[in-house]
Amino acid sequence: MDISSLIGFSLQQAFGPTAILLCLAAIGLNVHFGYTGLLNFGQAGFMMVAGYSIGGAVTIFSSSLWIGLVVGLLLCVVLALLLGVPTLRLRADYLAIVTIAAAEMIRQTIGAAAFSDTFGGQDGITDFIAGFRATNPFDDRKGIPGVVSWSAYDFWVMCVGWALVALCCLVVWLLMRSPWGRVLKSIREDEDAVRSLGKNVYSYKMQALIIGGVIGGLAGVVTALRSAAVGPSFFATDITFFAYTCLLIGGAARVLGPVVGAIIFWFLINFFGAFFSQATGGPDPLIPTWIMDSNQASLTRFIIVGLGLMLLMIFRPQGIFGDRRELALDAR
Amino acid sequence: MHTPRSRRAVAVGALLVGLLAVLVPMGSASADASSTGRKLGCSYEKHAEDEIHIKGCLRDERENPPAPVPGVSVTVTDSAGEVIGEDETDETGVFDIAVPGDPVSALGKEFTVQIDEETLPEGAALRDPDQVELTIMFSTTSDQSVIFPIGDPLAGSSGKGLQAVQLFVGGLVFSSLLAMAALGLSMIFGTTGLTNFAHGELITFGALTAFAVDRLPGDISLGGANVTVIVAVVAAFAVSAAFGWLNDAALWRPLRRRGTGIIAMMIVSIGLSLFLRNLYQYLAGAQSQNYSQYAAVQPWEVGPLLITPKEVVVFVLAMSVLVAATSVLRFTRIGKATRAVADNPALSSATGINVERVINFVWIGGAALAGLAGALLGLTQGFDYQIGFKLLLLVFAAVVLGGLGTIWGAIVGAFVIGIFTELTTVFVPAEFKFVGALLVMIVVLLIRPQGMLGRSQRVG
Repeated sequence: MDISSLIGFSLQQAFGPTAILLCLAAIGLNVHFGYTGLLNFGQAGFMMVAGYSIGGAVTIFSSSLWIGLVVGLLLCVVLALLLGVPTLRLRADYLAIVTIAAAEMIRQTIGAAAFSDTFGGQDGITDFIAGFRATNPFDDRKGIPGVVSWSAYDFWVMCVGWALVALCCLVVWLLMRSPWGRVLKSIREDEDAVRSLGKNVYSYKMQALIIGGVIGGLAGVVTALRSAAVGPSFFATDITFFAYTCLLIGGAARVLGPVVGAIIFWFLINFFGAFFSQATGGPDPLIPTWIMDSNQASLTRFIIVGLGLMLLMIFRPQGIFGDRRELALDAR
Repeated sequence: MHTPRSRRAVAVGALLVGLLAVLVPMGSASADASSTGRKLGCSYEKHAEDEIHIKGCLRDERENPPAPVPGVSVTVTDSAGEVIGEDETDETGVFDIAVPGDPVSALGKEFTVQIDEETLPEGAALRDPDQVELTIMFSTTSDQSVIFPIGDPLAGSSGKGLQAVQLFVGGLVFSSLLAMAALGLSMIFGTTGLTNFAHGELITFGALTAFAVDRLPGDISLGGANVTVIVAVVAAFAVSAAFGWLNDAALWRPLRRRGTGIIAMMIVSIGLSLFLRNLYQYLAGAQSQNYSQYAAVQPWEVGPLLITPKEVVVFVLAMSVLVAATSVLRFTRIGKATRAVADNPALSSATGINVERVINFVWIGGAALAGLAGALLGLTQGFDYQIGFKLLLLVFAAVVLGGLGTIWGAIVGAFVIGIFTELTTVFVPAEFKFVGALLVMIVVLLIRPQGMLGRSQRVG
């Protein structure tokens, strides 16, 4: 077992493009769940809409990535409106059910064989990233020699991605210290009290849903850039659950909570993944094959994630940075 | 003098005996069918281990025994439309086409098998004239066989009307299973307020428990008949009940005692779902499975419709369980207490109802229903580790449509959603049937948020 290469690999992943997209998705969820108390289980839907807009703009409309970006984020706004109108007046669990259902609807529709001429079916869309690749200023591997390194393309995606993360964090920080943000937080604490003060709770919730959804859309954009492709399997329901785990590790209702959470989460996922794969691989595996074979090794980390999410929510719902009193939420 | 408890035990016993009486002859019937299949000599040639083939054998089912149909050309194309192999059925009616490349590279790829109707002998036709091609996907690295039933074309089978009736029958069977799962979810929501996102995993638990019992070495027989799968289904019901108790006792009751909020509990249920689903895959693998019996049974022809005895038994069983469950809720003491708690936990607690006991009862009953639904669903269409997770959204749609927390609403909603999903395939491709159901749910929330049978109180 090579511990230093394990850690090096996990570090490379923890700051790499996938961690960034989880981070952006979690920042969006932070606006929904952490600040407003909205339970959005369909962040994957927002990501998918924006991701496919980027890809589709180039391959379907032979237009530019910029147009795709703008259209994608606008579509996220539309999606948020569509989801919010029927549910935001209802109890919190209705939003949860409708968002998880909508994300799956979008995924099944876009991935359907009937639209495979347009959206590529289960294979998704590829070959749209040339324009972004051409802007890459790096031409060799970057990183800290001997510890971690990334390919030139990954490093360029990371630069763009972390810049987006920084921008989103700044926006969230500015918004949440404004009077508007204080209204959101008070909606989370007691919706009726806010309503009695004459605020339009429905409208505030809708604005929060839109802003968080657009940030989720940016996560979809990073997904498209990372893989140079978009496909239905990238936007499965589990990605939303992973983003929730990131958010809860770092601490909800904290600007930097999702950032730290995503880095730690993705570090641990890769560490466990590589650890169990090493422990079960080779001629004389550390863990005997009757307990775990190499197929099962890749599942172990997700079992741990599920268990971790439960334990985290039960024993430390405030995560690393959060304030426990702020998350004494109830079904409102 | 019978106490209510012993009367219930008698009723359950009677139900089980009835179930055995219906299923046992069916098992022997299907054994006959498979032995005729062997007598026909539908034998395929062996080929090298590192190859993967698509094969099938054409039989004219008007003859008895069915006669092989030679000289029919069969073409296989891949998803890009490239022809990868052609064959003509030999004198035993068998065709066998090798898929290029190694078996692993074929995983997850789709292939279309098409038969040339022109080459069918005079007077023979496909039973379903629309089905000249079949699309298959390799989910394992073993050979795939395809079936093209040949015989008299089903009268008017091209008509949308008959197709709709056939789908309606299939929808009824599916709905009865959906209703069992939905009833459990709705009761748990009604008494605890928890929207359990891990309910799908309770469904899978039933399917997997039945599978585990089925895979125990040796057959279980009763009076000479092989009843392995029947015992497996009954075991799934019982073990799922215990699993429901465990869920409540080990996780949810302590959380309620701590005063954990509903939203926090929903996220815990998401974690539980993720945990269990991956654990299932860890233990059972990712491939789709079938039980050892009843996987392929000869359908009955009822007029122009094709109905398998399996479907009839599953439907009758599911309906009896639903009637039993709703009767328990309606007439027994614990059932009345359950409805009281669902109505107002604080008030029912004040009138001396033991709310914790009621909630525990609901978890046991809800999980048992979900587990039975999973086992029966596995019986009708096969299962894999995420059968419940895929079904979960339809269960939600059913419960929301009928009214969250209502008993009759869950059942009515399940039938509307189950039949709707099947019937929409008359007009739109089958891959959109879930989308349609979820769309219905969202529209219902827009115009009648409390659901069809919910009371029009404020739910916001």
